[in-house]
Amino acid sequence: MARLSTDREMQPEPVMPQVPYPRRKSGLERFIRQIDLQLMVLPALALIFVFSYIPMYGVLIAFQDYKIGHSFTGSPWVGWKHFAYFFNSPDFYTVMRNTIVISLLKFLIGFPAPILLALMLNEVRKMVFKRVVQTITYLPHFMSWVILGGLVASMLATDNGSLNMLLERLNLIQEPINFLSLPEYFWTILITTNVWKEIGFGSIVYLAAIAGVDPHTYEAASIDGASRFKQIYLITLPSIMPVISIFMILAIGNLLSAGFEDILVLAVNPALRDVSDVIDTYVIRVGINNYRYSYATAVGLFKAVVSVGLLTIANYVARRSGNSLW
Amino acid sequence: MYNSRGDRVMVAFIYVFLTVFSLSTLYPFLNAIAISLNEGLDTAKGGITLWPRSFTLENYEVVFQDERLMSGFIISVLRTVVGTVSAILATAIFAYGMTKRELMGRKFYMLMCIFTMYFSGGLIPTFLLIRNLGMFNSFWVYIIPSLIGVWNMIIFRTFFQGLPQGLEESAKIDGCGNWGTLFRIVLPLSGPVIATLSLFTAVGHWNEWFIASIYISKEELLPIQTILKQILASNIVSEQTANLDAAAQAHMAQAKTVTSKSLSMATMMVATIPIVLVYPFVQKYFVKGVLVGSLKE
Repeated sequence: MARLSTDREMQPEPVMPQVPYPRRKSGLERFIRQIDLQLMVLPALALIFVFSYIPMYGVLIAFQDYKIGHSFTGSPWVGWKHFAYFFNSPDFYTVMRNTIVISLLKFLIGFPAPILLALMLNEVRKMVFKRVVQTITYLPHFMSWVILGGLVASMLATDNGSLNMLLERLNLIQEPINFLSLPEYFWTILITTNVWKEIGFGSIVYLAAIAGVDPHTYEAASIDGASRFKQIYLITLPSIMPVISIFMILAIGNLLSAGFEDILVLAVNPALRDVSDVIDTYVIRVGINNYRYSYATAVGLFKAVVSVGLLTIANYVARRSGNSLW
Repeated sequence: MYNSRGDRVMVAFIYVFLTVFSLSTLYPFLNAIAISLNEGLDTAKGGITLWPRSFTLENYEVVFQDERLMSGFIISVLRTVVGTVSAILATAIFAYGMTKRELMGRKFYMLMCIFTMYFSGGLIPTFLLIRNLGMFNSFWVYIIPSLIGVWNMIIFRTFFQGLPQGLEESAKIDGCGNWGTLFRIVLPLSGPVIATLSLFTAVGHWNEWFIASIYISKEELLPIQTILKQILASNIVSEQTANLDAAAQAHMAQAKTVTSKSLSMATMMVATIPIVLVYPFVQKYFVKGVLVGSLKE
């Protein structure tokens, strides 16, 4: 942009002016004159270049047999070898299934949950009660996954974990169940923990959107005899639909990047690997723990490409319905 | 107020549901506090729910005597303070520069920022880059890569653009340069946005544990969250294999009634204290911050 306008300014001035005006400055001169301004942004841009753009260039090692200590293009090129290896490896099915199932569950349950909470909170007229519920439900959002993972492990422990104590007290089980070592419970635990962490915080935007609805609409509906439930269904929900769809696009775009910290802290037991291994944790394990850098980069790149595809599709759908992100 | 029986049933259901839901959200925290204040051997007998049965501060004494945990706590405080102050300052300067129309290359710079929000090189190339930069086992790996947040820059920029133009112009007439205007006029007027973004950044720094787990192998540089992760990991496995690692055993030897469970609960509480301390401010500013962020969408 800057260069374009510079070129235009380099051309000779037309010979018409009667009132002499100051000679336009060249690009370099202008740049030097605003050097104080440039110094505000250039160091930050340099950091962005180093820590965001160099790694993008670094994905080239997905097509090489990268040797540690070489530059990102200094190792022998091997084409699509690592991708082919991943698609044909026995890990592929497990990792893809877990990634898709966990992401979909997080989306299908984790996305509507805050909306539901916001709708419920909106029906609460006792402000103190509402404030207390909000304060409590926001809290887990601010805790690290390490702490939450520790709390969950403590709740579910076989030696006097609260859940086992409760189930034994209710005579539902005879022996304590070791929930965090049995694959059949893992997805439930993971999704429940995620909802617990994010439901309150996620409801904030929806509450704000609901607060923007014109109260007269409710009065009118109420006079026409609409029940509270009908008002939620016919007024509140349609009013916050634009917000819901924007957040839905974002959620779909991030479907595959639904986080790995929760899995790292909850799936400590190797017995859970069959149900807990997703692309991100797989990349960490084969790349960082097993030093297979090129292979792990290829797997990560595959995920990034699918993610961009998902975001594009989601946005295309949204644009057709009139709620574009771009 | 509630005009039909159906409405009353619905509202009653909502109150009951929200009460039960809030209690179960809070319960794990209360249970952990109770266990951390209870003698470990007594906890092992079972039955601890909301309050300690045989009260003791022993678990906390062990935590505070443990050099490894205390060094982790200090590293966490350091990285939170240094990381937050430097990131907010650097991002604010960057954002102010980006508000200026006369800034040459502004559109290109902005595009360069936005692009990083959609694409990233991924974990492994970043990992190798940090390794090549010699930031392995360096405190700066906590600070420098996360110095500039594009999202925070956009929020800052939006806020700066909303400030009255006249103030900056009059500063300029009085002979203030861009830097002087930023530090003497703009930043002092930006209290709310600085508070909000600082809280976001600080909580993020305090809770972050993954970076240390892949870039840091020196124990004295690990933040408390990462140490806690290691302790808890060995703890969970220990329930299945009846094996404790050397560190956990060393902790246990120091006090007779402390068990790995009571100790990890106390450590978790210590690691949570700073969050609880800022939580009242969180309530005030975070909610606003979330809305600032989402309105920009």
